Amino acid sequence: MARPLDWQLATVAGVHDETDSVRSFSLTLPTWTGHRPGQHVDLRLTAEDGYSVERSYSIASEPERAPEVDITVERIPDGEVSPFLHDVVVPGDRLELRGPIGGYFVWEASQPGPLLLVGGGSGVVPLMAMIRHRGSAGVMNATRLLLSSRGPDEIIYRDELDRLAATQDGFEVVHTLTREQPAGWTGYARRIDEAMLSEVLAPLGREARVYICGPTALVEVAANALVRIGLAPSQIRTERFGPTGN
Amino acid sequence: MTGRFVTRGFVGRRGDGSGDIASRIPPGQYITRDFPVLSAGPTPHTPLEQWTFSIEGLVREPVSWSWQEFLALPAREWTVDISCVTKWTKLDMRWRGVSMDTLLEGVELDERAAFIIAWSDGGYTTNLPLADVLNGQAFVAYEYDGAPLVPEHGGPARLVVPARYFWKSAKWIRGIRLQAEDQPGFWESFGYHNRGDQWREERYSGD
Repeated sequence: MARPLDWQLATVAGVHDETDSVRSFSLTLPTWTGHRPGQHVDLRLTAEDGYSVERSYSIASEPERAPEVDITVERIPDGEVSPFLHDVVVPGDRLELRGPIGGYFVWEASQPGPLLLVGGGSGVVPLMAMIRHRGSAGVMNATRLLLSSRGPDEIIYRDELDRLAATQDGFEVVHTLTREQPAGWTGYARRIDEAMLSEVLAPLGREARVYICGPTALVEVAANALVRIGLAPSQIRTERFGPTGN
Repeated sequence: MTGRFVTRGFVGRRGDGSGDIASRIPPGQYITRDFPVLSAGPTPHTPLEQWTFSIEGLVREPVSWSWQEFLALPAREWTVDISCVTKWTKLDMRWRGVSMDTLLEGVELDERAAFIIAWSDGGYTTNLPLADVLNGQAFVAYEYDGAPLVPEHGGPARLVVPARYFWKSAKWIRGIRLQAEDQPGFWESFGYHNRGDQWREERYSGD
C-alpha cells in the first residue's frame, strides 16, 4: 500500500490578482515533498458544523519554489468554493490541502525536445508550472505557448509571460484573442483551429511533445487537429475542465 | 489530521444538502448537472466497421463481436448515479447497454479468472475484480440519454461501473481480458486508488 496522501494545513502567504476574475494564492506547506509541473492539489473547506467540500486545483508554480506552491483560481460567480477563495481568504489564513496528485499530464526539464503548450483561459495554469520550471531549470528546448483568451484584459500571467518570452532563450508566446482585440492587434483573433496549430507548430516540428489544457471544446478541437496534422496521439497529453469546475 | 479543522469564514452553499439527494452524494463530492469530459489524450475515432468487442485471457474460447453483433445482444436501460474522482457527481444518468453478465455468458471462464482488465482504443486500461462487475454491477453502454454515445463521452461504447469512480468506466472500450492476477491500469499506475470505491473515498493510492 502506498503512503497515504495526508491532508496538511497550508498557510496563505500571499494573494495576487492575475485578472479581474482570476487570483493566485501562494501557500506555504509544512511537509511538501515536491511536485512535478502539471500536477494538482485537492483543497478541503470545512464549516463550523462539519460540512465540507473539496475541489482540485492545478499547481501554477514550479517545484523549485517548494515548500511554497501557488494555485490560480478563476472566480466562478455561482460557484461554492471559488467565490469564497476570492472574497474571504486573506494572507495568514490556513487552508487544508493534500497532494501532489496526477502523474500523466506532467512535463519536466529532463524530458528533451521541442514542446508545444496549448491553453485556453485558466487552462494555462498547469502549463505555467511547466514554463516556470523550464526557466528555473535553465533548459533551452524550443517551447511555444499558444494561449487563447477572450480579450487582452483576460490574459492570465500576461506580464510574466511577456517577460519570460523576452528573456528566455527558445521560449515564445502566441496569443489568440477570441472576442475582443486591442486597437492595432495583429495577432490571431479567432478560436484555435487546425490552420493556427499548423502555423504555431511549424517551427517546432512534428516531433514536439504537446500538452493541451482548457475547456472541453478547445481541447477536442486542438487534439483532433494535431492528430490530423500528423502527430501521434501518444505525443499529445490533455487535461480538461468545465463546463463545471467551480 | 482529523476533520476537526475549521476553515475561517467558510459557511458553504449546501444547495444540494436536503434529504434523499444528500444521501446519494459520496464524501467530498458535489452535484453537477453538466456532463464534464475528462481524458488523458486525443479522442479516438474508430470507424464502426472496424470496431469489435472481445473477451480474452482466461477463457476456454475467446469471443469477439462486431458492432452489428454487439447491438443485437440483449440490452437494457440503466439509470445510475455517477461520481468522478475530480469531485463531481451526477445523479440519474440514463444509459442503454449490455450487462457484463450477458457478455460473460458468451464465454466459458477458466476457474482461475479473478480480475478483468478493460482496454480501450488509444491504449487506456483499467482493472477490476471480476466479482465487482458481475450481478448487474457493470455494463457496456452505447447510448446515453436516449442518443448514441458521443466520442467525447466514450462512444461508440464505454464501460460503466457505477459503484466506482468514473475512471474505472473505461471510455472507448474494445474488450476485456480475464486474468488470475490483478494488474494496475492507466490511472491506477499514476497514483490513483486500485479499487476506487467512492463511498470509501478511495481516490488516491493509500486512501
